[in-house]
Amino acid sequence: MRYLPLTESDRREMLAKIGARSVDELFRDVPQSARLGAKVAGLPDHLGELEVERAFQAYAAKNVSPSAAPFFIGAGAYRHHVPSTVDYMIQRGEFLTSYTPYQPEITQGTLQYLFEFQTQIALLTAMEVANASMYDGSTGAAEAVLMANRITRREKALISGGLHPQYRRVIETTARWEGFHAVAHKPDVDGREELISAIDKETSCVVVQNPGFFGHVRDFSKLAEACHAAGALLIVVVTEVVSLGLIKPPGEIGADIVVCEGQSIGNGLGFGGPYVGLFATREKYVRQMPGRLCGETVDADGKRGFVLTLSTREQHIRREKATSNICTNAGLCALAFTVHLTLLGEAGFRRLAELNHAKAAQLADKLAAVPGVQLLNDSFFNEFTVRLPKLAAPVVEALAGRRILAGLPASRLIADDPSVANLLLLAATEMSTDHGMDALVAGLKEVL
Amino acid sequence: MAASQDRSLGRSGGIVAGESTAPATFTGNRALQLEEPLIFEMGQPGRCGVDLPEPPKVKDRLNGLRRTGDVGLPGLSEPQVVQHYTRLSQKNYAIDMGVYPLGSCTMKHNPRINEKVARLPGIGDLHPLQPVSTVQGALELIDALAHWLKTLTGMPAVAMSPAAGAHGEMCGMMAIAAALDAKGERAQRRIVLAPESAHGTNPATAAALGFTVKPIPANDHGRVDLAALKAALGPDVAAIMLTNPNTCGLFESEIVEISAAVHAAGAYFYCDGANFNAIVGRVRPGDLGVDCMHINLHKTFSTPHGGGGPGAGPVVLSQALAPYAPYPWIVKDANGWTVAEDGARVDGQPLGRLKAFHGQMGMFTRALAYIMSHGADGLKQVAEDAVLSANYVMAALKDVMTPAFEGPCMHEALFDDGFLKDTGVSTLDFAKAMIDEGYHPMTMYFPLVVHGAMLIEPTESQAKEDLDRFIGALRSLAEKAKSGTAAEDFKAAPRYAPRRRLDETLAARKPVLRWRPSNSLKQAAE
Repeated sequence: MRYLPLTESDRREMLAKIGARSVDELFRDVPQSARLGAKVAGLPDHLGELEVERAFQAYAAKNVSPSAAPFFIGAGAYRHHVPSTVDYMIQRGEFLTSYTPYQPEITQGTLQYLFEFQTQIALLTAMEVANASMYDGSTGAAEAVLMANRITRREKALISGGLHPQYRRVIETTARWEGFHAVAHKPDVDGREELISAIDKETSCVVVQNPGFFGHVRDFSKLAEACHAAGALLIVVVTEVVSLGLIKPPGEIGADIVVCEGQSIGNGLGFGGPYVGLFATREKYVRQMPGRLCGETVDADGKRGFVLTLSTREQHIRREKATSNICTNAGLCALAFTVHLTLLGEAGFRRLAELNHAKAAQLADKLAAVPGVQLLNDSFFNEFTVRLPKLAAPVVEALAGRRILAGLPASRLIADDPSVANLLLLAATEMSTDHGMDALVAGLKEVL
Repeated sequence: MAASQDRSLGRSGGIVAGESTAPATFTGNRALQLEEPLIFEMGQPGRCGVDLPEPPKVKDRLNGLRRTGDVGLPGLSEPQVVQHYTRLSQKNYAIDMGVYPLGSCTMKHNPRINEKVARLPGIGDLHPLQPVSTVQGALELIDALAHWLKTLTGMPAVAMSPAAGAHGEMCGMMAIAAALDAKGERAQRRIVLAPESAHGTNPATAAALGFTVKPIPANDHGRVDLAALKAALGPDVAAIMLTNPNTCGLFESEIVEISAAVHAAGAYFYCDGANFNAIVGRVRPGDLGVDCMHINLHKTFSTPHGGGGPGAGPVVLSQALAPYAPYPWIVKDANGWTVAEDGARVDGQPLGRLKAFHGQMGMFTRALAYIMSHGADGLKQVAEDAVLSANYVMAALKDVMTPAFEGPCMHEALFDDGFLKDTGVSTLDFAKAMIDEGYHPMTMYFPLVVHGAMLIEPTESQAKEDLDRFIGALRSLAEKAKSGTAAEDFKAAPRYAPRRRLDETLAARKPVLRWRPSNSLKQAAE
């Protein structure tokens, strides 16, 4: 077996040193009834690398790769170009095969990029501090609500109908089992939802998304004021982080906690994970934050260095009094994010955002000209919603049959609301081509 | 290495804390150790590491919310970016470089074929919400991994979506809460029992779900005190959270009695599967009476730790808990594979949703490649070699260090700091001295039940010659510590790492969590 270095003679020598006759003797504490004499039944034996690769190629051949079809799906995961440098860097063994940097003297590489990552997140969101990442945007959103509950000592979260439906479910699940109230508003299809009147003295936080799930770009500064007047916090979720290159950042409209899905920068679609949650807040709340934090310090020679810090918030020190049970986070995805953003820099990031917006505007104009298709958005970044004259799910299925991945029927994530059954969400990015857009328009005309 | 050889040639004890051994260089660099500024100190306006086309001119649809002013990101060219991260990478220790004996972390070889298959077009680039007709192979792949996990653990169901071990714990404990809810016992069963030696995530998870955590003591042999456990069980207990093999590296020999007692009291048995590597292919947790167990794919099944993630924490569930598994899951019907998502009509009472989309697919792919590479025969050998290697390390060090418990261990060897008594050298000092010898330290001061704990997990991935060199280094350090004259030398370690000991108190007292043009400690000092 190519991964196992011990030879039979090594094993004999090692057993002799231990003073055991057989390996089975080392398992003597396992109750006899549970000790398997032979290998686990019903499973195949080992394979060579070639056979393994072929097996995965066979899995891949049963899927339609987005690179092989005009592609317009977004809804919380976006198809962007990832520069070759990013994937090369994250596969360097010193990053890939290192553990959480508990020994800072020999993990300054990881710690320095986390410090740079935290700074980048703070800049993008216009917030004061950011942590070293969460699992993803959805779990980050639930952690943000828990954090708001701790800060306000209240237990009612208002959930906007513009929040991604699966994010809403994750918060509701957390609410159900961790014991607080999550009051969800109905899907905000037209982007005109009014939340201020729902805030009361029990409200710990309001959770909004910008751009919203249906694509609308909204000004939440009045909402932020209303939250603060009532002693509540405003949590702003961003599922398309590229939008922050063009849209006024949450920190400038008064957000208290910002959670982003960072997948768009540096991380491929990967069928939904692993992704990287970005989590930022104001300095005064830092000790209520979940997750790891990297901080600057000096070493015994007075040289600048970095360490994990404020760990008295965390489970390995604080145990049942920790701010969160999170341990492993999304280190390598954070590296992919920070390498890509460093390549982009100020000019590249701004241009990428402009490009996404322009592509989406082109797509929206083309679709709005298709008979029977109604564009719902006055505003959007790179994603918007159209109302079709018939159910959206079979239309998407029919287009998939023509090798066009057309978008997300809203009904897939909002199964319980028939009013969204004709709605289709579409995203365009720098990857979208004129040819692909024209193919979509032609396909739609055929199936509608 | 030349420097460390010098040290072993008789300079030990002669070095004063705070002093470096080599003269300073003009640049601050030391050959391959290059000092590296932050990206924010390197950027120049006008530089960029990507070439993007001019965007087409369109009417802005931003609702008047255009971002004004700079974000503040630095501009670097592509070669600068490559050099920056390459230099940073060289400041890290990694499995690819050698023995990484962090107990409870299972730092084993990370095969590169796993990386390759995870990136195949048609796998790595799929959108999670593509029509299911276009992702049949992806769903089949997830089901194939699920089948392996269920069969290897002897459990009937698995929830695939948790993102890491701690997230899996949350999933499992929510399932237990849901089962209690269904029986109308959730209000009454408020206590979760956990050994004092438990991972910090266990009490953190239980407390987050509103349970009161009650510690149960260990006996003199490092196992759960069965009598104390039985005394603690009652109609107010919801569950026990138990790691097995436990965090002392020992198999809970009375595990069958423990699970019987827990079930007789109407409670559930949550097994923390962090240490599954010791028993994979040799023992099925389902045969031990486990109700649920998370599996860290990034430990037992080699998906890379990546400097702290991403992980994946699928949870296997017993028949009693399977009805409460969270959305989503994979179903096969006459039309092929499909995904049961929120609101889908199903048997059972799903506890909800833990995460957007379908779980850590990139980790599933890597773990499945690892599992297929080993097969049932190879996985059994993994457990045997991991246990053999840990016992070998224990046997080879027991005369110079102090094993915490008698008898064979499982996949990790636990020592206390007894051998350092009166030497002036602490567990921390000993660990830092290992760094200068070219090794990542073992897990220190965990588990908490052992004084000055040192937990060594060599894994199955090291050749005997490499284990022998590692053992040799530890023996030399132990003997040097016990000479009684080297404490100052240990306290000054590490000397040869990219950084010497870092001031963690300063970092916590005056947190600097981001770069700012004016707040850098370095600049403040100037």
